[in-house]
Amino acid sequence: MLPDNLGTFLSVLWEGVPETVIATVGGIALTIVASFVAGLALLSPSRTVRVISRIYVEGLRGTSEVVQLFWLFFALPILVGFQIVPLWGGIIVLGLNHGAYGAEIVRGSVQSVPRAQYEGAIALSLSPAARMRRVILPQAIVEMIPPFNNLFIQLLKSSSLLSFVFVNEVTRQGQAVLVPLFTAQSFTILLLVLLIYLVLALIITAVMRLLERMASTRLGRRPSEQARRKRVTGAV
Amino acid sequence: MSSELSQPTGEATRDWMIVFEGVEKRFGDHVVLSELDFAVRPGEHVTLIGPSGSGKTTILRLLMTLEKVNAGTIHVGGECLSHVRRNDQLVPADEKHCRRVRKKIGMVFQQFNLFPNMTVRGNLIEAPTRVLGLSKAEANARAEELLEMVGLGEKIDAHPTQLSGGQQQRVAIARALAMRPDVLLLDEVTSALDPELVAGVLKLLHDIGETTDITILCVTHEMGFARDFSHRVMMFDGGRVIEDAAPEELFTEPRQQRTRDFLRAVLERH
Amino acid sequence: MDVWNWDFALSILPALLDGLLITLLATVLGSLLAFTLGLVFALLLRAPLGPVRVLVRGFVEFVRSTPLLVQIFFLFYVLPDYGVVLNAITVGVLGLGLHYATYTAEVYRAGIDAVPRGQWEAATALSLPRYRVWTGVVLPQAVPRVLPALGNYVISMFKETPLLIGIGVFDLVGQAREVGGIEFRYVEAYTLAGLFFLLLSYPSALLLRRLERRVGVL
Repeated sequence: MLPDNLGTFLSVLWEGVPETVIATVGGIALTIVASFVAGLALLSPSRTVRVISRIYVEGLRGTSEVVQLFWLFFALPILVGFQIVPLWGGIIVLGLNHGAYGAEIVRGSVQSVPRAQYEGAIALSLSPAARMRRVILPQAIVEMIPPFNNLFIQLLKSSSLLSFVFVNEVTRQGQAVLVPLFTAQSFTILLLVLLIYLVLALIITAVMRLLERMASTRLGRRPSEQARRKRVTGAV
Repeated sequence: MSSELSQPTGEATRDWMIVFEGVEKRFGDHVVLSELDFAVRPGEHVTLIGPSGSGKTTILRLLMTLEKVNAGTIHVGGECLSHVRRNDQLVPADEKHCRRVRKKIGMVFQQFNLFPNMTVRGNLIEAPTRVLGLSKAEANARAEELLEMVGLGEKIDAHPTQLSGGQQQRVAIARALAMRPDVLLLDEVTSALDPELVAGVLKLLHDIGETTDITILCVTHEMGFARDFSHRVMMFDGGRVIEDAAPEELFTEPRQQRTRDFLRAVLERH
Repeated sequence: MDVWNWDFALSILPALLDGLLITLLATVLGSLLAFTLGLVFALLLRAPLGPVRVLVRGFVEFVRSTPLLVQIFFLFYVLPDYGVVLNAITVGVLGLGLHYATYTAEVYRAGIDAVPRGQWEAATALSLPRYRVWTGVVLPQAVPRVLPALGNYVISMFKETPLLIGIGVFDLVGQAREVGGIEFRYVEAYTLAGLFFLLLSYPSALLLRRLERRVGVL
C-alpha cells in the first residue's frame, strides 16, 4: 500500500517544485543585485549613500523575515490598494532580505582584497571604476562564493515561508495538501519534503563549487587552498 | 643643512622633474617628513637611503599619490601634484587631478602587486588600453617588446602565481614601463626576493637606467647598486635629508656621523 | 479609514507584548537546547569511532540544509504517532533547538580548532587526564571566542520564532495576525511587530559586534 501512495505523494510534491525553484532562483537573482548595490554603497565615499545602505541592511536584518512577508501581503495592500502576486511578493521579500546579508558579504570581501592591489591599480592610473571592476571585484568574488553558497541555501530554506501566503510550493503541497489527507503517513510525506529540499540544496552547492573552482583558477589558486581557508560563516 | 640643497621656486620648477617644497607628512601624531625640500632633474637617478622609518618610502608614496601631504607642495614635470589652483587659491588636489598627473609616474613595489586575476599579458595591457587609450594590438606589441626586454618573452600568457618572485618583479617592472612614465619609482624592489634572484633584477634596472631617460627615484638597501646606478644619493634620518651628494662622495667620505654609522651598520649586515 | 490609527496601535500593545513573551520564551529555551545539543554534536564529530562521526556529520548536514519550518511540521505531526504528545510551544522549542544545534556544533568545532596545537601538546606533556585537558585547557580558551558567534545565532533564532505560527503558537507575529485580523488593521499590527524585532535584535547585534572586536572573530 505504501508504494501506491508514494507515487501520489511524489506527484503532488512535484507540482510544488516549480514554485519553490522559481521563488529560489528569482530570490537569488534579486539577492545578488541587492547585495552588490548595497554592499558597494556601504563602501561609498559619500556619507549619505553609506547611511542609506546601512539603514536598508540593518532594517531588513533586524526585522523578522516572516514579519516582512506578512507586512508585504497584508499591510501593504491596505496602503497601496492592490495585492501583489504571491510568488512575486515572495521573491521580493526573499531577495531583499537575503540581499541585506549579502551586502555585508560583498563589503567584507572587497575589503579583504589586499591594500597593495588598490595601490598597484592606482600606480597604473586606473580610474576608480576600473580599479573596482577590473582588479578588486574579480579577486573579491572568489572570497564571496562560499558565504554566498550558505546564504543561497538559507534562501532556499526560507522559500518554505511562502506556504504562509498561499504559494503552492513544496512545503505547502506537503503540509496543507497531503498531510490532511494522509495524516497517518505524515512521516513519509514530510521526510520526502525534506529530501526534496536536500536535493535542491546539494544542487546549489554543486553549482557554487563549480563557480568557485572557475574563479580560483582565474586567480591561479588551487581549490584545495580555497577549501582550507573556509571558515564559520554568518548566521541566518 | 638645506642650504646646500637646490631649492627652486616658482618658474624654476619647469627645469626640474620633481620638486618637493616644505613638505610635511604626519600619520596621526607621528611626523614622518617635516619641512622637506629637494628637487630632481629630468633623467636623474636618485637613491634614497636611511634607516627604516626615516620616511623614504613615504616620499615615493606621496609622489604616487598613495598618500596626501599635510603641508607643502609637490611638483612633477612642472605640474603641481599635491594641489590645484582654484580661484587663486591652492587647494588639495582631487582624485581627477591626481589621475591626470599620475599618468606620468610609474611605480614598482616591494611586493610586486601584480593582479592575480589577470595573466602577465593582462597585467601589461590593462592600463595602456584603459588609461592611455592604446589599441589592443598596440598594447600587445608594447607588452611583448617589454617582456622580451626583461627576459620573460615566453611567459606572456602565464599566470603571475606561476612565476618566481624574481620573474614577478620583472613583470612588474615591465608593467610600469608599459605606461611610458617620465618618472619611475622603485620601492625596495629587491627586498622581498630570494638572495639569488636579486642580482638579475638589479642588472635589469641598471640596463633600464642606461638605455632610457626616465627620471628614477629609488629606495633600496643594496648599497652597491645605489653606488653604480645613481647620480645622487640622499641620506634620510628623522624625516629630513641629512646628506645629499654624488654616490662616490657620499659612500667614500660621508660628512655626517649619522651617515657613517648607517653605512657601517648596513655593510655589517650584508 | 486612516492608514495609521494611534488609538488602535496602543490598544493592541498588550496583546503584542503577550506574544513577545512567548517569542522570548521560545528563544531562550531554544537557545539553551541548541547550546547543549550543539556541544554534544561537536564532541561526537570528534568521536574516535569513524561510523559515529559519519552518522552525526550526515545528520547535521541534513538538518542544516532543510527548512526549519518543515522540520517543525515533521515534529508536530510525526511525534504523536510514536506516542509523544507535546504542546505546540514545546515542539517549537525542540525544533528551534535541534536546528540551531547544527549551527552551534560548527561554532564549537571552529572554537576548539582555534585553540593552538601547542596547548594540546603542552597538556599532553604534563600528562593531564583527558577530561582535564578539556575542562582545564581547551574549553576555557575556546568558549570566550565562540560567544559572539553563539550570540548571533540567538538573534537569528529570535527572528525565526514566528515560524511557530505554522503549528499554532501565539507568538508576537501570531498575536499580530490575530489582533490585526479583527478589524482588518494589519498595518499597525505588523509594523509594530517588526519594530519590536528591530528594537530587540539591533542593539543586541551591536553589543555582539563589540564583543567580537574584543575576543576576535573565529
